[in-house]
Amino acid sequence: MAVEGAQLVLALVAAPILTGWIGVCRAVLSNRSPAGLLQPWRDLVRLFRKETIIPEGTSFLFRAVPFLVFAALLSCVLFVPFLVTDPPLAPVADAVVLVGLFSLARMLMAFGAMDAGTPFGDLGGRREMMVGFLAEPATLMILFTASLWSRSTSLPAILHSLLGAAAPFHPSLLFALLAFILILLAENGRLPIDNPSTHLELTMIHEAMLLEYSGPLLAMMEWGSQIKLLLYLLIGTDFFLPAGLPSSLSPGALGAGLLFLSAKLLMAGAGLALIETLFAKLRIFRVPEFTALAYLLATMGFLIHFVLEV
Amino acid sequence: MSPPLPAHPLANYLIQFLGSALLMSAFAMLALRRMTSLVRIFALQGILLTLSTLAVAILSSETHLLFSALFTFAFKVLLLPAILFRLLNRLRIQGEVEALVNVPSTMVLGLAIVVFSFTLAGPISELASTVSKGLIGVGLASLLLSFLMMISRRKALTQVIGFLGMENALFFSAINATYGMPMVVELGVAFDVLVGTFVFGIFFFQIRETFESLDLKHMDTTSME
Amino acid sequence: MILTAIVLCPLLGALVMGTVGHRKGADALNVLFSFLTFGLSIVLAFLVFTGGAVTGGAEQLYSDGFSAIFVVITGGVGATTSLFSLRYMAIEKARGHLGAERTRLYLTLYQVFILTMLVVLVSNNLGILWVSLEGATLATVLLVAWTRTPASVKAAWKYFILCGVGIALALFGTILLYFASEKTLGPGGTALLWTHLNGVKTTLEPTVIGLAFIFFIVGYGTKVGLVPLHSWLPDAHAEGPTPISAVLSGLLLNVALYAILRIKVLADGSLHNHLTSRLLLGFGLVSVLLASLSMWRRQDIKRLFAYSSIEHMGLATFAFGLGGPVGAFAGLLHMTSHSLIKSAIFFVVGHVVQTSGSQKIPEIRHIGERTPALARALTIGGLAITGLPPFAIFASEFLILSTAVVRAPWALPPLLLALLITFGVVFRRIQEMTSGAEGPALPSSSSPPVLTFYPVWIHFGLALVIGLFFPESLGRLYHSALLSIGLTNGQ
Repeated sequence: MAVEGAQLVLALVAAPILTGWIGVCRAVLSNRSPAGLLQPWRDLVRLFRKETIIPEGTSFLFRAVPFLVFAALLSCVLFVPFLVTDPPLAPVADAVVLVGLFSLARMLMAFGAMDAGTPFGDLGGRREMMVGFLAEPATLMILFTASLWSRSTSLPAILHSLLGAAAPFHPSLLFALLAFILILLAENGRLPIDNPSTHLELTMIHEAMLLEYSGPLLAMMEWGSQIKLLLYLLIGTDFFLPAGLPSSLSPGALGAGLLFLSAKLLMAGAGLALIETLFAKLRIFRVPEFTALAYLLATMGFLIHFVLEV
Repeated sequence: MSPPLPAHPLANYLIQFLGSALLMSAFAMLALRRMTSLVRIFALQGILLTLSTLAVAILSSETHLLFSALFTFAFKVLLLPAILFRLLNRLRIQGEVEALVNVPSTMVLGLAIVVFSFTLAGPISELASTVSKGLIGVGLASLLLSFLMMISRRKALTQVIGFLGMENALFFSAINATYGMPMVVELGVAFDVLVGTFVFGIFFFQIRETFESLDLKHMDTTSME
Repeated sequence: MILTAIVLCPLLGALVMGTVGHRKGADALNVLFSFLTFGLSIVLAFLVFTGGAVTGGAEQLYSDGFSAIFVVITGGVGATTSLFSLRYMAIEKARGHLGAERTRLYLTLYQVFILTMLVVLVSNNLGILWVSLEGATLATVLLVAWTRTPASVKAAWKYFILCGVGIALALFGTILLYFASEKTLGPGGTALLWTHLNGVKTTLEPTVIGLAFIFFIVGYGTKVGLVPLHSWLPDAHAEGPTPISAVLSGLLLNVALYAILRIKVLADGSLHNHLTSRLLLGFGLVSVLLASLSMWRRQDIKRLFAYSSIEHMGLATFAFGLGGPVGAFAGLLHMTSHSLIKSAIFFVVGHVVQTSGSQKIPEIRHIGERTPALARALTIGGLAITGLPPFAIFASEFLILSTAVVRAPWALPPLLLALLITFGVVFRRIQEMTSGAEGPALPSSSSPPVLTFYPVWIHFGLALVIGLFFPESLGRLYHSALLSIGLTNGQ
């Protein structure tokens, strides 16, 4: 149970810091002075101190959504192994469950946005579903490709098979990795798809859904998104760079694992910032194309496995 | 003469890895829209081809493949991309690829092609004795993907890159199925490709002179009957 | 020795043309080289038919009866075409259509084209055969775009891209073939030599060979003008200079079909089924049908005869698909007579276009009043190409149809329909052009240019001789040619 608690606390604390780190990297890459690693934390604290304003004409759904979303994402934190290969909840830690929880969170968020009945919330919710409808099968395909070696969609089993493989990298995973990066960008509202720092009506997706939220409720939504990003990066490192993940609970192994993990996350965050600085935002009509590409790449990885690796 | 499989599976993985990267580059050519990135991907494909030839050469200890690798490097990484970039500059070709069939549909078609070629090549790879036999399907898939790009894109330069991509895929297949063709044939093929590239170059200027554009759309409107 | 000479002669010609092609009298030199090549090809045929197959150049060159026949056709039509182009180019030059540099390019590429086709025919190495056939495309592509009009550049581009794709598929076929043969012959030089492959053809892996043959027939079939990938052919024929249309139609298509047939022999040995014959039958029949239907609405005279080339190549392919001694014989005879007649027709058409200043059939009228000789030649060409007796095509078509009655009766109705359509269309168009009462008035051109008819009458005369008398010696020659590569045992 200690491991679960540690995972939970770590994710809650680290998620805003990771977002802060990406912000710092982006600022440095575009020659601005960075706001600091703790800026997202400061924002969250500030939001929690404000009062909640509930728009008129909203149902209980509007108030319940932030909690439900947050809960769904936190339960994902419990499933994804990142401190040790076999967290105690391993039997339920299945890839399909994970994708299900993610889409539950997405759907709830869209509901919340539509509940307020404002045009922007509606627009954001619809766009979010449009991004999601191809991103989800792609995510599943990526997980399936990774699971081909272990013949099981259980996350610990996948990790064991990847850690035990003779080669550091499988060709099929090359395709899966590329697909995963595309999905990561699409699912978390990062740049080629959505600009996380814009409030320009015509282009925003994620921010449009949060427009009616304020105070602690908004803080929970923001915090939830930060945790979601962290989760995606954790899944990414699990599948594509599992080296250094301890499989025993000895303090030394855990310490080393933590060190590896933070290094990997810092690298991934910097990489993400680099992608965001290099690419311009796609037109919204190109988004399905983008996610479709991710899906096709994942499927190719799946096929490659049977041709090259069996 | 089939050399024993290498003891270390890592080397095998390396070859497969490079092969998949090559397939991915062929696929990327279908997905990309900017002309300059297309040429860059072509150069990248040349690098992957060189590396994979090199890897097969070392693994199979076929020394003539080392020459092929060297030749590929000089020809497909340095010379051809240089010519293509020069053409891009000289002819001021910019902007996006124009598609006859839109990009998502071509990509779905591309996936179908990959499945088709893998099925087709399956029984053949089982007969091969090379260290990299699984890659015959990859070669066939890349060949057909480049073919698809050639017929579904409109600009003259895209078609040329598709053509050269097909040649890359053929070379790759030859290396992986049989450790390359006899030297005479390989040199002849390379000679043809070189002459072909020059002819393409001549054509670009002729097309531009006559149509004031390299877009084949203008050629379509020329009444031919 | 003779094989090396036959390759060196056009090579030397190309080099000479490259250096002095812009001078006066270079075109006469071109004729000289072409006739020299023709002479050498006769010598080769004589040697082959009296002393059996010849090898040379460290086994890389090889010629048996089958290839010798094609070498003679190539040499002969190449020579007469050079004679025709002498006059054709003189007229173009007099009208100020071309400068010295363009003449040099034309003459050089003409020799290179003859060279590549001869290399295809006498090469023993199937890899070199591929290289050379691709070389033939490269040489002719610039010739098709030679007039630099928008339409010709477009046609050349289409030709280049389509044939490039086709030939790339054929290279994949070659790789597969090498892949299969390397197992028995070992890696290295000999595994692609036809003579060696022919010796071990029964041991080649059927799965691989079957797939390879499909790639070959699609790839080289593009160059033959077989139907799904034929669309380059009418454009290239219509827009290039007419002597080039003549050699494309009369020679290149033949040579590409020759390559398919060489590989068919190997594939049959390995496969022991009807795959190759059925593929040839199917491709051939579809080509015949589609080509004849496409001729219906053609308004461009060169395009009309280009579609007729697709039709005739389809017929020849169909004949080889029927197989058996008679079918293969008919196919070979059909290829020969088509080469002779079609190139002669293009000679006539070239002059027709030059005298009336247009390729559009509605704009060509009253040829009979202006130049009666031209009208006569065109009418005779129409008779010959549509397969009326007594010309050679009648003989070959008769043989094809009578074989089809036995071997593929289901194919008869569409075949007859196609032949009938072709006959009707060609005659109607020729009649319109030669008399054409309702057409525009006579252009008030100054004195018509001097035309040449020798090459035309030579070709028609030969076709007539073959059709009327069919020398027995020629028949024996053809049979021994087919026997020498084993095409007689089909289906």
